[in-house]
Amino acid sequence: MIETSGERILSGVAASDGLVVGRAVRLASAAELQRTAGSPEEERSVLAGAITRATEQLEALAGAQDETGAEILEFQTALLEDEDLLAPVYAAVEAGQPADLAWIRIIDGEVTEYREGEDDYFKARADDLLDLKERVLAALHGKETAQVKLDGDIIIARDLTPSRFLELDWSLYRGVAICGGSPTSHVAILARARGIPLVVGLEDAPETLVAACPAVLDAESGRLILAPTTETLEEIGRRLRARDADDAAAQSLLGEAAVTAQGERIEILINADDPRVLAEVPVANCDGIGLTRTEFLFSDGALPDEQKQYEVYRDLMTWAAGRPVIIRTLDAGGDKPIPGVTVDDESNPFLGLRGVRLSLLKPEVMKLQLRALARAASLGPLKIMIPMVTVPEEVEAVRALLEAALSELAAQGVAHARPQLGMMVEVPAAALAAERFKVDFFSIGSNDLIQYTTACARDNAAVTGLADAKNPAVLELIRRTVEAAARMGVEVSLCGDMASDPNAIPDLLDCGLRRLSVAPAQVGRVKLAVRRYD
Amino acid sequence: MSELPAETAGPDESADANETVATGEATIQDPTGLHARPAVKLTKLAKTHDATVEIRTGEEGKWVNAKSPNAVMKLKAGSGETLFVRAQGAQADDAVKALVALIERDFDAE
Repeated sequence: MIETSGERILSGVAASDGLVVGRAVRLASAAELQRTAGSPEEERSVLAGAITRATEQLEALAGAQDETGAEILEFQTALLEDEDLLAPVYAAVEAGQPADLAWIRIIDGEVTEYREGEDDYFKARADDLLDLKERVLAALHGKETAQVKLDGDIIIARDLTPSRFLELDWSLYRGVAICGGSPTSHVAILARARGIPLVVGLEDAPETLVAACPAVLDAESGRLILAPTTETLEEIGRRLRARDADDAAAQSLLGEAAVTAQGERIEILINADDPRVLAEVPVANCDGIGLTRTEFLFSDGALPDEQKQYEVYRDLMTWAAGRPVIIRTLDAGGDKPIPGVTVDDESNPFLGLRGVRLSLLKPEVMKLQLRALARAASLGPLKIMIPMVTVPEEVEAVRALLEAALSELAAQGVAHARPQLGMMVEVPAAALAAERFKVDFFSIGSNDLIQYTTACARDNAAVTGLADAKNPAVLELIRRTVEAAARMGVEVSLCGDMASDPNAIPDLLDCGLRRLSVAPAQVGRVKLAVRRYD
Repeated sequence: MSELPAETAGPDESADANETVATGEATIQDPTGLHARPAVKLTKLAKTHDATVEIRTGEEGKWVNAKSPNAVMKLKAGSGETLFVRAQGAQADDAVKALVALIERDFDAE
């Protein structure tokens, strides 16, 4: 039992936002060896029984899940029916190994193979095998992961597999802290989707926590505080009340214009990743659309024809009701492969053919999109944005395609208008020399700008900490772009994740930005952060 | 699993008059590649046929058992890659046709 006077603070990384005061309890792992080998027949029978029970548990669990959860579990169930996978385990048991050792050795070998290679999706399947390893071991050792209410509501575990996460009754528990994991792991994705506070990467918490004890899970700053003192609890209580007040204040600001404490008006636009979400967003809450990603139009294999594209762009213009709408031309490549468009087998896709580089290799695809955009521009202030621009020649090549599209439409007597043509600033070479580009507007893509400035791949969890949005070099590139736009007399906005983070708003306003494009769900919180800026 | 090409089948295979060999290919369309759900669909479909069924990526790739979800997943087949299918046994033709059709339908993705 931990002494109640001895507060201990363990540091980790916040992976799903929240702040919880409760009682920490350890969730035991089944992954330790326990068996001494019986006869081969005995071990074979014990193993077969454990696999059957594990299969039954997974099937029962899958029935109660949404699609993401069900898919993870379905793959695990299929693995338990995989004769090629199980054959070497049974062979090891025949040769005299205890069932648990045989199972651990074979699955660990498979895990190593999954972790090799470049593709994060396939690497992450190693988690599924580890999940399965633990489940079968629990069955082997007679420690079924049945629903037993733990003596607390903040779960501490060495690691938490996706299936165990899904299995836990989240009406009974309010947060999790684990030693392993990363903010990009499956469990982190599941926790965020369900709004369950999660801290990952904690050092030695299960050893520290022998018995349940009072605790604070601070998934704002990534800490677990065991046996908090009265003073700590008072401070956390103040923060909890502030969070509640912020939520209420953000909600009340939704429909208001964003104004700083000094009375300066800030335009808040929204990112329309998928136009279907717009149905739930009142247009009066924002000043227009600052980024429309058009990749979704190209995601089902076939390239969309002009009419299909036009109808989608037309719907955006109708929704915006006269407010500006920025639509980005197809931004494929990098971590967004599109069959028939992107190039396979690049050794480093983020530094390869992506965005406008790829579009200029497929001018027919781009011209079709420009035609559809010019037609929709007849309905209101539509602005075309070019992604991944590095040199002015790329803008001029797109402009030539746009001119050709406009001439065609005029010759065919199709209703259209000339849209503004702007570019994303996400390559440092563009941010450092923005005045070289003859465009109508800039929009800073902070996600890629951070990636390229800090040399941290967006899909590599190991360098998450280095890819800091507030790195002075990143802020300097943003400031220079804003200043260049002012000298040129063109508009500038920022449309990356940074604009949706209330903590980053003061930095962006300090850089001179007065136009931000944010995730629809963050509009209220961003407006609150703007209001507090002076 | 035999690595012999069909036309030079070994003595065991040629001894059985019912053994037929079939091949086919199709391209993976899903942007995530051959991920968990299509991999499971593919192995389940392969298992319904009385034949050894194997797949590989690329002309030089290693053939793996199409009835093993673990082996199929470890191909790490990405979007736009071609999957080659071959089968041997009583229902070899049907097996290859069914698998190629499943890949071409993009695994009946929603």
